Amino acid sequence: MPAAVPKLPDDQLDALAAAYAGATAAKRRHVFIGGILLVLAVVLAAWSSEVSITKFSENVWRFPAYFAGTIPSISLATFSADVAEWLWGIKRWLRLLGDTILITYLGTLAGAIGGFVLCFLASANLVRSPAIVFVTRRTLEFCRTVPEIVFALIFVLAFGLGPLPGVLAIALHTTGALGKLFAEVVENIDNKPVEGVIASGGNWFQVVRFAALPQVLSNFVSYALLRFEINVRGAAVMGFVGAGGIGQDLIEAVRKFYYTDVSAILMLIVITVMVIDLVTERVRHRLIGMESDR
Amino acid sequence: MLQVEGLTCRFGAKTAVDQATFSVERGGFIGVIGRSGAGKSTLLRSINRLVEPSEGRVMFEGIDVTALKGNDLRRWRARSAMIFQQFNLVGRLDVLSNVLMGRLAEVSTWRSLLQIWPDKDKAIAISALEQFDMMAVAAQRADSLSGGQQQRVAIARALVQEPDVILADEPIASLDPRNTRIVMDALLRINKHFGITVICNLHSLDLARTYCDRLLGMSAGRIVFDGVPAALTDRIARELYDLEAGEVMGTSPEQGIDGVAVPALGAAMA
Repeated sequence: MPAAVPKLPDDQLDALAAAYAGATAAKRRHVFIGGILLVLAVVLAAWSSEVSITKFSENVWRFPAYFAGTIPSISLATFSADVAEWLWGIKRWLRLLGDTILITYLGTLAGAIGGFVLCFLASANLVRSPAIVFVTRRTLEFCRTVPEIVFALIFVLAFGLGPLPGVLAIALHTTGALGKLFAEVVENIDNKPVEGVIASGGNWFQVVRFAALPQVLSNFVSYALLRFEINVRGAAVMGFVGAGGIGQDLIEAVRKFYYTDVSAILMLIVITVMVIDLVTERVRHRLIGMESDR
Repeated sequence: MLQVEGLTCRFGAKTAVDQATFSVERGGFIGVIGRSGAGKSTLLRSINRLVEPSEGRVMFEGIDVTALKGNDLRRWRARSAMIFQQFNLVGRLDVLSNVLMGRLAEVSTWRSLLQIWPDKDKAIAISALEQFDMMAVAAQRADSLSGGQQQRVAIARALVQEPDVILADEPIASLDPRNTRIVMDALLRINKHFGITVICNLHSLDLARTYCDRLLGMSAGRIVFDGVPAALTDRIARELYDLEAGEVMGTSPEQGIDGVAVPALGAAMA
């Protein structure tokens, strides 16, 4: 039996291979030049900002040393008493942690709604006017480039101490971050359903609802859940500037050198984030599973 | 020789393929016909093991295909090349890279990931593409090609797998009449010149009769007809296709619009 593909004579093969190499040369050159520029930029950045490896290696031991200082002395003989002493403020901390999670929840929800509304206006494939896309994108950029903690500080000055400025700060930042991610998802959708709905006489809102939304919803949910998780961390430091939650006790413990309190509060935050991670993962799999069952 | 013994595929409560048993001699051109939803696609996909059969066996020249795992399974998939209705190319890769996908089972993983293809494999891919006059577009993205061109790229990808069997799942269902001819002729040429077995799902009875030397008729997951095209009488065809019979048996629209009765309202839903 002859081979499935009769091989061409060598000279003909070489000519064809050369033609293909020529046609793809520009692309390969771009990748190569881009790679070199990237390495150069990394070296330049490290040099000009004085990121020095020697300084890092000389002082790296200090970092675990601080953590080592926060570890409480717990002996097996008096185990429960030691742990109880270490976690002396557990009731208050759990209440503050609960505040933090509520701040996160409200802030993420409001931010996700904001990002949802704005993302369609920021998608170049759905909006004809470049001006609208430009303005929306810059707005989203402003929302996410100003750090949450700075927003929180400004809102504390405006609304006074408490959880409200924390919620507003997280909502604003989340609008910016999710709006951009959502818009990118929308720009990657398949254009055929969009054409189908436009050709049937749909207006812009109908195109968004019936052609775009069904394609993007599952991605929106995963990004929003990821953001919720990130925001727990963000909300944990809101208290640093008096915007509510566990942060106010954490910063106090750090400033006043209550070492064991620092480790206790950090541990509670880590456990909370882990639990939220496990729960959101379940929720996400559930939603994806429902999608593929159909 | 490919032997399918009591092959059954269930998805939940639905049985897509029900106790399919047949064997195919090397070098045959087999057409699988039947209504949409009769289980033709699932049958081909379970031979390639894209779908896990629930029961039964597929044997190929003494190998139990249904028991293969890991490397052996991948090698079998390369030997039983699939061709799809929607071509299933990677739209963002260029045409030659798409054809080189057919060499993945042979090339080491690190070489393929770095796209450093051995000269031998490149030569095979280029030869296959040139055979279909497609080297001129080798550097273009696959999604920039027309449907007919994409299907030719897909056939080239199947060929460089150096397959023993080609499993074509409605390869011409999204093509115009001219490209239908090109693709079916290519399959026939591969079958006759290289002795590669072709098993081809077809919706059109006319094409099946023209190209295949044996037909398998499927209905509700079961194989209900197995024989040469001449043995497929109009009566059997009508049973196979039920209401769709007229449509698939070659009454093309050009044969006279006058003769077509306006279907009653609601007939489309039947």
